[in-house]
Amino acid sequence: MNKKTKTPFFHIVKRGEIPRWESIMIHAIALILALILCAILTTLLTGQNPIDVYATMFEGNFGTERKTWILLHLLAVLLGISLALTPAFKMRFWNIGGEGQVLIGCMASGAVMHNWPQLPNALLLLLMLIAALAAGALWGFLPAICKAKWGTNETLFTLMMNYVAIQITAYYTIRWEVPKGSGKIGIINQASHKGWLPSIAGQQYLPTILVVALLTVLLYFYLKYSKQGYEIAVVGESERTARYVGIKVEHVIVRTMSLTGALCGLMGFLLVSGSAHTITTTLSDGRGFTGVMVAWMGKFNPIIMIFTSFLISFMGNGAQEVASRFHLNHSFSDILTGIIIFFLIGCEFFVSYKLSHNKKGKEE
Amino acid sequence: MFDIVSFFPRAVVQSVPLLCGSTGETITEKSGNLNLGIPGIMYVGAISGVIGSFFYEQSLKASGSTINTFLGIAIPMVCSILGSLLMGLIYCFLTVSLRANQNVTGLALTTFGVGFGNFFGGSLIKLTGSEVPSIALTQTHGCFVHKLPLAAKTGWFGKMFLNYGFLVYLAIIIALIAAYVLRHTRLGLNLRSVGEDPATADAAGINVNRYKYFATCIGSVIAGLGGLFYIMDYASGVWSNDGFGDRGWLAIALVIFTIWRPNVGVLASILFGALYILYLFIPTGANAAIKEFYKMIPYVVTLLVLVTVSMRKRRENQPPASLGNSYFREER
Repeated sequence: MNKKTKTPFFHIVKRGEIPRWESIMIHAIALILALILCAILTTLLTGQNPIDVYATMFEGNFGTERKTWILLHLLAVLLGISLALTPAFKMRFWNIGGEGQVLIGCMASGAVMHNWPQLPNALLLLLMLIAALAAGALWGFLPAICKAKWGTNETLFTLMMNYVAIQITAYYTIRWEVPKGSGKIGIINQASHKGWLPSIAGQQYLPTILVVALLTVLLYFYLKYSKQGYEIAVVGESERTARYVGIKVEHVIVRTMSLTGALCGLMGFLLVSGSAHTITTTLSDGRGFTGVMVAWMGKFNPIIMIFTSFLISFMGNGAQEVASRFHLNHSFSDILTGIIIFFLIGCEFFVSYKLSHNKKGKEE
Repeated sequence: MFDIVSFFPRAVVQSVPLLCGSTGETITEKSGNLNLGIPGIMYVGAISGVIGSFFYEQSLKASGSTINTFLGIAIPMVCSILGSLLMGLIYCFLTVSLRANQNVTGLALTTFGVGFGNFFGGSLIKLTGSEVPSIALTQTHGCFVHKLPLAAKTGWFGKMFLNYGFLVYLAIIIALIAAYVLRHTRLGLNLRSVGEDPATADAAGINVNRYKYFATCIGSVIAGLGGLFYIMDYASGVWSNDGFGDRGWLAIALVIFTIWRPNVGVLASILFGALYILYLFIPTGANAAIKEFYKMIPYVVTLLVLVTVSMRKRRENQPPASLGNSYFREER
């Protein structure tokens, strides 16, 4: 034995399946550590008692009925986008173009809404929906067909497509700006409410929330029990196996990515028609990226994703309240979100692997 | 008439953040790490430098002395390097040691970094108590833009090639050194082998994790310098929130555009910089919207390069084969 060789203090062992409760415990511990770190950080920055800070966060989300609706809406949009991204990720297709796919959906439905306000409302809404689905599907189809045909790196492709979508939106924002020179389109069809999703029970956000709830259930069954869902899972686990059992991998890739794109487009439609009623380049607000993290942390399981997107929406919305009450900058919530995600993805390691201590003097 | 003597220098100063970002990202990707945290890292590199020089300028104001050129450059540089190094370490710890997914970690790092930059930028703005939402570090800016003495005497040549702050030359030198090391040295060969096939590299006795750590951290530091340049030189020492924009993503696009070659990046970044500001120089007339289409050009061109490269399947032009994968010896 060479004298220079050092024995490390521990080595890493791959775990087999671990019981579900143990996995939940690991995540819970990571989450608690993240929240403690966030609390320490907030206290350092605001000089407030951390319990007060979390109480403020809670108030920011549940203080008034309106705040709760805002939270639910944020949750629904983030969850919807994450769900839309899930089929592609489950196939191990690294689509980080959710941002662009949502935005082009917004753009397409906004364009229909802006250009044909004279159509009957139901027809207009239908056309907006179709336009959004088609535009989103196109944004998903392009990288998928290149990946299937030539093996083009999909991460980089979809990333670039985001900016194509952003610039197209920026172009039309200036073309259609009202008033001229403002750089904003303003609320479309403010007076006639044409192309606006109707409020249900007086709640503007309720249609969006219901659609996302339905989407959650549908996707759960699609991924878990349908033949196509199974094909996605096989391609994701091992492309070679998929080929061996006769799955047309290229076909599955293109189909699944078009589906993901179309669902992102649907979220774009909901954003424009259900709440924003305008088009801006920031409508998606980074949620195409956050959705990637939510989908990944939720292990592509729609039910777990409800929880993760709730957590992120809660922290984000709460941090806004903390920021405004203690006169902090609103970017504060991004820092907290970042920290929580670092901990949650870091803890995955302890689910898959375990550290075992090397006893001194014993060599393998 | 299209004025190349005034257009070129503006394209060059636009190019430097992109060049730094893409050199850093190329080194990182050569080790098999796809670091999507680069935009965040560049923000952190920028704000760390701003924080350092902000307190230095405050202390100068308190003591009433004038700025020391050496300290005025060294303090923000060191702070910036430390800031981006820390970001690189977070990324490495999560993806290399804890084997977390690289894309997700990178995106989280970007969220965190941009938030970090804007938050501390916002806090400093509040500390100064100024009316405008920005911090101006004019003295530090003065230190960073010391020009070469020849610049004024050599006419158009001086204006086009000598009239820059030192960070411009530093960025180009770093890119050339990186290109040389990657292609022509044992170190570069080892690094590339880690990115192509870590299992083989491991079998050849290369410490895969160490290479990944070093490459990613050095890459982060270089990218962070791009952020620092943007604030201290290009933006005249003025920090404003979100001012850096989406240059970080453009830097990642540039990596693909240059097909992972930092020396090509020197020229390509100037091209990208030119495309970025082209709309200012092309008469658009009444149609102001069209400039948004010009801004799309870099991304579309990058897409075309990406697709063409993958269609032609020339081996030396492909992304590193294990890009985006964590390495675990026992899983071979």
